Amino acid sequence: MKYVDEFRDRDKAKILVTEIDALVATMDIPDDRPLQIMEVCGGHTHSIFRYGVEGMLPKEIELVHGPGCPVCVLPMGRVDDCVSIAERPDVIFTTFGDAMRVPGSKKSLLQAKADGADVRMVYSPMDALAIARANPEREVVFFGLGFETTMPSTALTILQAEAEGTSNFSVFCNHITIVPTIKAILDSPDLQLDGFLGPGHVSMVIGAAPYEFIADHYKKPMVVAGFEPLDILQSIWMVLKQIKEGRAEVENQYARIVPYEGNEAALGAVARVYELREHFEWRGLGSIDHSGVRLRENYAGFDAERKFAVPNVRIADPSACQCGEVLKGVIKPWQCKVFGTACTPEQPLGALMVSSEGACAAYFQYGGQKRDRQMAAAP
Amino acid sequence: MCLGIPGRILKIDDETRKLATVDVSGVRRQVNIACIVSDEHPVSSCVGDWVLIHVGFAMSRIDEAEAALTLQILTELGEAQAELETMRLTAA
Repeated sequence: MKYVDEFRDRDKAKILVTEIDALVATMDIPDDRPLQIMEVCGGHTHSIFRYGVEGMLPKEIELVHGPGCPVCVLPMGRVDDCVSIAERPDVIFTTFGDAMRVPGSKKSLLQAKADGADVRMVYSPMDALAIARANPEREVVFFGLGFETTMPSTALTILQAEAEGTSNFSVFCNHITIVPTIKAILDSPDLQLDGFLGPGHVSMVIGAAPYEFIADHYKKPMVVAGFEPLDILQSIWMVLKQIKEGRAEVENQYARIVPYEGNEAALGAVARVYELREHFEWRGLGSIDHSGVRLRENYAGFDAERKFAVPNVRIADPSACQCGEVLKGVIKPWQCKVFGTACTPEQPLGALMVSSEGACAAYFQYGGQKRDRQMAAAP
Repeated sequence: MCLGIPGRILKIDDETRKLATVDVSGVRRQVNIACIVSDEHPVSSCVGDWVLIHVGFAMSRIDEAEAALTLQILTELGEAQAELETMRLTAA
């Protein structure tokens, strides 16, 4: 188990793995139906692969890598809209670096930049606002992207633009919200999941309370988890303990960062600036009700979708892609027809190959003992 | 973008707009601290605090040990280097 050697606290990791083994040994888990635990957050996915967490777990436990990578789930049609805005001669289009390579139906933002569009990478929406101040004769558009972790930062930047009267600044809002997405996964007919690891930094903003429906209504355990491999192992143990004891609760392993009630100032800004969309399109998952936000009417002047006519064309995912099945845990990344052949991190076809937080890119990059073992065991 | 990077607040730049300069592994950068201030924690009391920073916004107050641990894991994931590079490029 070479990865264990890289842990800061090898002894603690070994103790946790031993405790997980001991717990699993007392549970009645059929050979052909391992327990499936989904980590919702792409940060967890990256950490799980980097530290080889899957390889340490007994064969009765399978981790399913969820939809929590906002770059990965961005649909092609929205990328096309970005390109269309960016290619306007009056526009400076600003974006986080992560989103530059996401393929649209014709090109990515990186290709649009190479073709002459003024696309600039920023670290923060505040940088985009500063560019707007410095270029009053141009329209500066910020590509608002991410779950609740980054949603408040875009909202606060819009409030700042309003306060100072910077009117050549707008946001192309693609922020998405995690709870309706978890609900859509839970409502899926081919679902087999037995429990969840809850996202750490999304929960730092929204708190742990919004997940209560998972325990109350769907009777599944949910443990909000930190990103350290030890956090992840401990959270898996907590999920298993709930299953073993027949409980379904929301527990918070990451209480040092996540308050139960969330961050009041951040939630206040979010509520002030955004409203839910009726539905939003996800790459790999299709349309999910109430899973995205847009700017409220009061902030229409800062809404790039209202300011510029965007094509807003729905582009179907490439038919060869099986991202949706991977996301729901129905198949493993390497079981997809195009994994590692037509779809690679350099030339991603599907959502999950785009960012290092996507399950397929992580499988591709780190491989892992578990995959080898599963492939060897496959008939 | 999604994982926060730890930094320490060096000075308050603008009390009304809640802007402060932080040090993130030697890179200095202005961030917004609106989400970590409250009546109990006014802007003026934030100097010296360790915070978790997401895309230029301090989102959570953390202790020094947590900051060190988080920075180490981000480095091992290869994310700290990319984040610091972006901060450096856009700090000017």
